[in-house]
Amino acid sequence: MVRALRKSEGFLYVLPALAFVGFFVLWPLAQLIYLSLTDTSLLGGGKFIGFENYIKAFEDKSFWRALWFTLKYTVFITPILMGLGFALALLTAPNRPLQQITRGIVFLPVVIGIGSSSLLWFWLFDQQVGLFNKFLVDIGLLAEPAVWFTKADMALVAVTISITWKVIGFGMLLFVAGIQSINGEIGEAALIDGGNYWQRVWYIILPLSLRIILLTTLISVIGSMLAFDQFYIMTGGNPRGQTFTSVYWIYQNSFISFKLGYGAALSIILTLIILVFSSIQVFLSNRSPST
Amino acid sequence: MTAIAEGTVRPVAAEHVSRAAGESRPIRYLVGAVCVAVSTVMLAPIVLGFLASIKPAADARQSPPTYLPHALSLENYFKVFEFQAGLWTYLSNSLLVAALTIVICLALAVPAGYGLARFKIPFKEVWFIILLAPLMIPYQALLTPLYLTFSKAGLANSHLGLAMVHTILQLPFSIYMMRNAFESIPRELEEAAKVDGSSSWQTLRSIFLPLAVPGIVTVGLFAFIASWNEFLSALIFMNKETSFTVPIMLVSVRAGRLGSVDWGALQAGVIIAILPCVLIYLLLQKYYVAGFLNGAVK
Repeated sequence: MVRALRKSEGFLYVLPALAFVGFFVLWPLAQLIYLSLTDTSLLGGGKFIGFENYIKAFEDKSFWRALWFTLKYTVFITPILMGLGFALALLTAPNRPLQQITRGIVFLPVVIGIGSSSLLWFWLFDQQVGLFNKFLVDIGLLAEPAVWFTKADMALVAVTISITWKVIGFGMLLFVAGIQSINGEIGEAALIDGGNYWQRVWYIILPLSLRIILLTTLISVIGSMLAFDQFYIMTGGNPRGQTFTSVYWIYQNSFISFKLGYGAALSIILTLIILVFSSIQVFLSNRSPST
Repeated sequence: MTAIAEGTVRPVAAEHVSRAAGESRPIRYLVGAVCVAVSTVMLAPIVLGFLASIKPAADARQSPPTYLPHALSLENYFKVFEFQAGLWTYLSNSLLVAALTIVICLALAVPAGYGLARFKIPFKEVWFIILLAPLMIPYQALLTPLYLTFSKAGLANSHLGLAMVHTILQLPFSIYMMRNAFESIPRELEEAAKVDGSSSWQTLRSIFLPLAVPGIVTVGLFAFIASWNEFLSALIFMNKETSFTVPIMLVSVRAGRLGSVDWGALQAGVIIAILPCVLIYLLLQKYYVAGFLNGAVK
């Protein structure tokens, strides 16, 4: 094998990238697995302790709470992102100027950072100076400006609103591409069949978009399961640690409490959970080697 | 804004949708009104943030707030310019990291894409899967071991170190894009070069690279935006005040002095942070949308 590769000119071109992945992804992964079996902290340690960190993780209520909260966030936001994204795609799929401009505007927040958007919304939600609060009062939805970040459920809603604004264009644009390719191929037949717009959406567009909807859902679920920035910035894990996400809790253990070994064990658990979703994603997309 | 359609446009499609929808005039107006409403909602946060940033600092922290500024002032921007180590330090940190990320991504992805697209390689798909590994393993999990290694190697608080981490994020997409870009170039061109006796490296440089420019622009564009916006690893790796990138600077701007948030300065900072991304998106939308649709689900 080595000899065949040495003779292969193409392999030389791929080698630097492979070396990079080996050095910066696979080697750290091996280190992570080892770290998770030790009591390493930023302050020292490093004794091999077997599966103690994992046992601790299973008994760690705060970790389960963070995982549970992450799941709750994911289950809450995903249908909103997919449903609203698909609705916006139906609205903006026709290539008329107004629809095209709308599509461009809806997609705009996708390119800005989650850090920036979270700070923008942190301000909009502020009880004293937040204009979103003021707006809700002005249109009569609230009697007085709300305090959004002192209750976990309110904080979850606030973060969800801000992230929906930030990423809704992502799903929308993928769905638009899907809808347009369907209309190009099937449109004629559907027209002859007759049927109104909503029947077409329900019987033709939606079923034919299933693959892209599933893929977008997976991408979105993985993103939500790895949420950190928005909670770090908007809630700081509060109130009373109720809005820590998994990644945030790992960050907290590793870099605030310096428990690197324990943080590594938590990272492995999270990686295994994500791996389930990301394998399906890679399998479903054309990136898989069979195509 | 029209380019966002060009990436996906099929002129027939538009007619079908409108005719199939059997759109009467009232429905068209309704659709138009919904579009305007959606656009307004989506633009409002940025526009309000911008308007707050040009209020005098005292007005920006006034409660209850006003939608429109009563007076204009660049006070908030001056404050951000002079924040801690100075805005320029943070901008140049972010720019340098982004530039390094672009360079490393291209230096790795262009040859890899060329190799994968144009050569018979034993176990090619195995190598390809390994190159896609960063898609399966969340980089968030790798930050601890990377942090330990980087600290030992003197790469903590270094632009190069952070750029390496950002490259991990972007590499699978970049390789995938470059592989597609090189695969779409006709074989005949390559044959001609072979007849001329050029080496594969010369062929890459003289024939393939110029034709792959759109792919290269897309890869660079995504690398820039990802690096410019990335938060978690910058937070962990750049922990000295002078090595902060712009997103980390923003969090310190909010922390402010004496515990009270300087809202005007914060909005000025946010506007400065999003401006490069918005400009690039508006100018290079064609590349952005093409890359987005190719990379995300295909």
